[in-house]
Amino acid sequence: MGSISLAAVLRAALPAVVFTLLLGSIFWYQPRTASYFGVNLLLSLAVPVLLASMAQMLLMAIGDLDLSIGAFVSLVTCVSAVILPGRPVLGVLCLLGLVGLYGLVGALVAWRELPSVVVTLGLSFVWLGMAVILLPTPGGTAPAWLAQAMHARPVLMPLSLWAAVAVAAVMQWAVMRSALGTVVRGMGGNPRAVARSGWNLLALRSGVYAAAGAFGVLSGLALVGTTTSGDANLAGRYTLLTIASVILGGGEFVGGRISPVGAVLGALTLALAASLLTFLHVPSDWQIGVQGLILIVILALRAAIEAVSTRPATA
Amino acid sequence: MRTLLAWPALYSYVAAAVVWAITVALGADGPALLATALSFAAFTVLAAMGQMLVITLGPGNIDLSIPSTIALGSAMAMLVMDGQDPLILPGLLAAVGAGMAVGTFNVALIRVLRMPPIIATLSSGLVVLSTAISFGRGLKVKPPEAFTAFTTGRVLGVPLLALVALAFMLVAAVLLERTVGGRTLSATGQNARAARFAGLPVRRVRLLAYVLCAGLAGLTGALLAGFSGGNSLDQGEEYLLLTVAVVVIGGTDVGGGRASVAGLGGAGMFMFLLVAMLNASGAGSGLRLLLTGLIIVGVITAAGAPKISR
Repeated sequence: MGSISLAAVLRAALPAVVFTLLLGSIFWYQPRTASYFGVNLLLSLAVPVLLASMAQMLLMAIGDLDLSIGAFVSLVTCVSAVILPGRPVLGVLCLLGLVGLYGLVGALVAWRELPSVVVTLGLSFVWLGMAVILLPTPGGTAPAWLAQAMHARPVLMPLSLWAAVAVAAVMQWAVMRSALGTVVRGMGGNPRAVARSGWNLLALRSGVYAAAGAFGVLSGLALVGTTTSGDANLAGRYTLLTIASVILGGGEFVGGRISPVGAVLGALTLALAASLLTFLHVPSDWQIGVQGLILIVILALRAAIEAVSTRPATA
Repeated sequence: MRTLLAWPALYSYVAAAVVWAITVALGADGPALLATALSFAAFTVLAAMGQMLVITLGPGNIDLSIPSTIALGSAMAMLVMDGQDPLILPGLLAAVGAGMAVGTFNVALIRVLRMPPIIATLSSGLVVLSTAISFGRGLKVKPPEAFTAFTTGRVLGVPLLALVALAFMLVAAVLLERTVGGRTLSATGQNARAARFAGLPVRRVRLLAYVLCAGLAGLTGALLAGFSGGNSLDQGEEYLLLTVAVVVIGGTDVGGGRASVAGLGGAGMFMFLLVAMLNASGAGSGLRLLLTGLIIVGVITAAGAPKISR
């Protein structure tokens, strides 16, 4: 049993180790980044990614995958840059409506037992279409309060790190500790058992999707606050980034195995990786490929940890 | 009549015909539209056929690397053909070979690293896309003349490529219905464990499905390059949604276990004609995207839950 718990420790430590190694190598390579402003710059786009990663993580906790989150976050930036500044009430209603739509999608997936991958692939076009109708060319202006909030400089640490700590703490409690969070993860592991113990799977799935939608909205707000204008294709890469963050953070696609702290670290790691690749003058052609390689390497390490640690048990 | 109505592929052809009729009513030239639709549907059918094999393997199986593999195939084909007629066949083989290498890599990730197929094909897709971009950047090779003639050619008004796609569909139908491998594919999708206990070559068929899928994507890329006068970096971009949509609309069970080869043709035509109809009606690109997405979600909702219990 000792070897199995060692594997669990190694697994849990992997995201933190990778993050520390990456940050260390950036500091070593560019010592001037080891400051408040340096870190602020390195992680300037991390907040929306980590919020969107929470949305992806919630769906992965119940065994689903969201291929539409990138398009959804982009749509939120359009709504926030076009409607929110002039007509705040309508803007807020639109954003709430989008959260509601996410909940409906969850209900649809549960009701018809549809594969989430196909549904969200179709939905990505729905969100993109809505965004293009709303904002055919990039533009609009984020509400001033939002831009100010995202460019705030709190004490001790940059905003992105405070946000990371807060999101990680809240989600670690909500998903890993609270009763409802445990039921949700149970749904990813064994939905039938959860249903037998009296839970309504349709309501649960719908609620989880709505929560994911809420994180998508927060992510879009954070993004448009940072960039200050909307764009229907602004967050297109988030779909991949968020899946990568959750996986990097120790999450698995099956069985409700996720880690909120890990996913947040994963999102920060990917944000750093992009900076490091730029420092190392990796050609832009290869930047996407390197993200794929990072995913493969992390999963290879994890498979290796498991293979090594289970060998004594079988011998 | 009742057996005909229960045949899922029929609906895709009916839908394609309805959309075609509406587009013609909106002022399009009917026969010309049909010929163009056949050309474009041919590419979709070839790429979607691979996706169909993978999806039929059962829940969780999907190939997200198809767009990247198409881009790689088109770059490889143009690189090897180098604009010369005698090098057409080596170029096609290189494109298919590169695709099959991607498929083998996907299976290695799934098997050795125990990655879920979605994550495996997603990450390999990123690596393949980077490879394709760095191969294909600045590649200004025109396809050989004979290759352009072949990919744009027509016989009695029917695009040659449509006939090629039809031939592939016939072969696929025979393989799926009449060979052990084909039956194993369906059995695996219905119940992988039962299929394994029955002694069927489940592992080999799974490997084959992913490799064939990627090989077909490579071929599609090569043909696309010939058709559109060279390779471009975003050549495969739209084929992720297209292949999944065509497979589902064609009547293949999204939960796996039941492939519908015949439906691919109708669904491929439908997806092209849908865009043509929305264009003819003057809808903007936003509305076009929105409706495409809604139709896909609508169709799989109507097709509903997998009937086979697992």
